[in-house]
Amino acid sequence: MPKLPIYMDNHATTPVDKRVLEAMLPYFSEKFGNAASRNHSFGWEAEEAVDRARGQIAQLINAKSKEIIFTSGATESDNLAIKGVVEFYKEKGDHIVTCVTEHKAVLDSCRALERAGKATVTYLPVDKYGMVDPDAVRKAITDRTVLVTIMYANNEIGTIHPIAEIGRIARERGVVFHCDAVQAVGKIPVDVDRDHIDLLSISAHKIYGPKGVGALYVRSKGPRVRIAPQMDGGGHERGMRSGTLNVTGIVGLGKACEIAAAEMAEENRRLLDLRDKLQAGIFERLDEVFLNGHPTERLPGNLNLSFAYVEGESLLMGLHDIAVSSGSACTSATLEPSYVIRALGVSDELAHSSIRFGLGRFNTEEEVDFVTDRVAREVKRLRDMSPLYEMAREGIDLKSVQWKAE
Amino acid sequence: MAYSDKVIDHYNNPRNVGSFDKNDADVGTGIVGAPECGDVMKLQLRINPESRVIEDARFKTFGCGSAIASSSYVTELVKGKHIDEAMTIRNTVIVQELNLPPVKIHCSVLAEDAIKAAIGDWKKHHEGREPAAAEPRKAQEA
Repeated sequence: MPKLPIYMDNHATTPVDKRVLEAMLPYFSEKFGNAASRNHSFGWEAEEAVDRARGQIAQLINAKSKEIIFTSGATESDNLAIKGVVEFYKEKGDHIVTCVTEHKAVLDSCRALERAGKATVTYLPVDKYGMVDPDAVRKAITDRTVLVTIMYANNEIGTIHPIAEIGRIARERGVVFHCDAVQAVGKIPVDVDRDHIDLLSISAHKIYGPKGVGALYVRSKGPRVRIAPQMDGGGHERGMRSGTLNVTGIVGLGKACEIAAAEMAEENRRLLDLRDKLQAGIFERLDEVFLNGHPTERLPGNLNLSFAYVEGESLLMGLHDIAVSSGSACTSATLEPSYVIRALGVSDELAHSSIRFGLGRFNTEEEVDFVTDRVAREVKRLRDMSPLYEMAREGIDLKSVQWKAE
Repeated sequence: MAYSDKVIDHYNNPRNVGSFDKNDADVGTGIVGAPECGDVMKLQLRINPESRVIEDARFKTFGCGSAIASSSYVTELVKGKHIDEAMTIRNTVIVQELNLPPVKIHCSVLAEDAIKAAIGDWKKHHEGREPAAAEPRKAQEA
């Protein structure tokens, strides 16, 4: 019996790896200097640590150290990239191309620009696997387009977009390409040159680093990409992001990237085995379970399933000693089904029945077996309680029923 | 979201889950809600045609824990009540009993609607008719 509760929500956040924590600890009280203090050893020590982290991050995504700008996290990176590009290139145009399944940090940044009359936005649809068609990106780009922003991999369904192709299209058209790579960096190989990425958002806490720190990669050459700062102050980070650097957090992010680079291949094999075992086990024991997301082009740790005739929130309640999520963590306080799942063309009823399992570095096979068993038993119990399951068993087509909604 | 102890109790040990034969003349069936809204409740009441007292109740619910708890509680609440009295049950009673938070009030509204729908269904095949002579059949287990 595994230790309870089991954490299987690694797309929401991850625990800090002990090796990361070890690397961070000296920078709280011993090496506490301000990385911007240029005239004493305390400052130099901090700056050295920050530069080392820049190198560790750059190496993971095949960038140069100076192209890494530190932020408070990926939400800030997304805001800075999108608003920064639109503001800087306003003479050139005002059109953004994005997609409907982006993270709220991207979608709401776009909407804010629309509301302010600073941009017009094309929200591209996705196919039934949640993938954007690169051809649709090509067609959406106009002479007024200044930015294409498409995520590397989706946080709910794990679908990996054809980023290299989308990047190539944006590059050919001379449009800046921003990629929210929060779920991809450190999980699958990301290469800003191969993928033609100009701006890339990174978060530490999704890759076993601390919360409250992230980075934005800003391409310096071929082409040089410019952004207008969104915060005024001391002109840190080459003027793009003012504010005293979170040295401890940055050291943690750097170390997390170093570990990810070294262990990604092996970790992926292990996670894929666990994920496939979980998926196979659940499908073996239950009928009418549907996979949300792409069957193969998907993050190794991701499994998003809809359990027909069972409402997601009630299933989560039954799985109280297992941390998984229904919808995404950011929207789980609302009663609306996930906009990402709905964008796949899945019925609202199935969208209400979706559960996301996020496997990570510290999950074990024993936990997967336990979760498989608990999910199967709880779904069966709730189906025995579900009028929809009963009607479906009786051969009633649920779509033909005239429902009396409130 | 934190659930109240009573919601958790009803969720873990739901009362009166199951179905009656919906073609039984003494059974009124109410189905309310819609799958796309994430809530469907089926409430069935076995009503004595002479005394018009609710003798037994069953439910099945697709929905969140609060929806399951609301319907489970309602099956207990209506048993032994005359249908006229059951028709006066307000959702606020359910909210109070289960300590439902504001975002879950719609679950209690749905449960109130289910009582009215089930009694309405029973009345439809009973108004203007002689009291049924048949013995009440045993409840079917789901």
